[in-house]
Amino acid sequence: MREITLHILDIAANSISAGARNIFISIIGNHKDDTLEITISDDGKGMTPEMVAIVTDPFTTTRTERNVGLGIPLLKAAAEACNGWFNISSELGKGTKVQVGFQLSHIDRMPLGDVPSTLLGLLIGTPEVHWTFRVKNDEKEFYFDDTELKRELGGDCLSEPEVIRYVRELFTEEIDALALN
Amino acid sequence: MPTIKSLDDLKKMREEALRKQELKTSTGKTEIVVGMGTVGIAAGARETLKAILEFVDSNHLENIIIRQTGNIGIDSFEPVVQVILPGQEKVTYGHVSPEIVKTIMEEHVIKGKPVSDYQVKS
Repeated sequence: MREITLHILDIAANSISAGARNIFISIIGNHKDDTLEITISDDGKGMTPEMVAIVTDPFTTTRTERNVGLGIPLLKAAAEACNGWFNISSELGKGTKVQVGFQLSHIDRMPLGDVPSTLLGLLIGTPEVHWTFRVKNDEKEFYFDDTELKRELGGDCLSEPEVIRYVRELFTEEIDALALN
Repeated sequence: MPTIKSLDDLKKMREEALRKQELKTSTGKTEIVVGMGTVGIAAGARETLKAILEFVDSNHLENIIIRQTGNIGIDSFEPVVQVILPGQEKVTYGHVSPEIVKTIMEEHVIKGKPVSDYQVKS
């Protein structure tokens, strides 16, 4: 996967599989610190420390049962190859938080990719989840909480054409204006 | 169709659409499911989902539910899309590129005729 947003989609899919009702995604670029930091946190079923070890390092740990693919170790390796970091913290019954950082200007850093389409797909495709998104580039920020949209429209109409259009135009306009790549 | 400037505009448009819809007989909704496990994403499922969303928008299809789900369990056929017409058995399609999305949407979702070429038989 050669785009950071594809990894975000993958981690968010884990959160959905973990039964999360609330998922928060933040993408923060900071030119002064030369960092790009991604956070995905959920209130899903969480993992034991042993399970965290298994999803993070699948080849050094006894692999008995896991439902998570190789997405996490690949993302960790990609970050560490770019002067970055990776951290996953989880508590059984509470949820999971994945944080990954890259050196923003690193020559090998994969591009962020299509942020609007990624967030649009998550919002429309999983209406039962309460989504919160933050995309920030230095001082410029886009913040979206789906509470108002769902309260105004009712929860089961997200796949309707005018809703898709509205959200896509909102995300595209606001996120493109941040010029974060 | 014009740009929808605000949530208020969107709400008004939705109310109008719902009024129109009530005039038609209720036939249930068509469900379109996209597999978004790690393998699906790596194989291009996000572009597939994006193409479905764009098709629904540009063709103004009502009564559709688009869902994403985890691994559907047939990795070698990703990206996988399932279409369930109201009251009918689900049909599973494999290797669904954005181009194939268009065919499936036109033939199966709109005209109600499953496309045999891309079906995965389980």
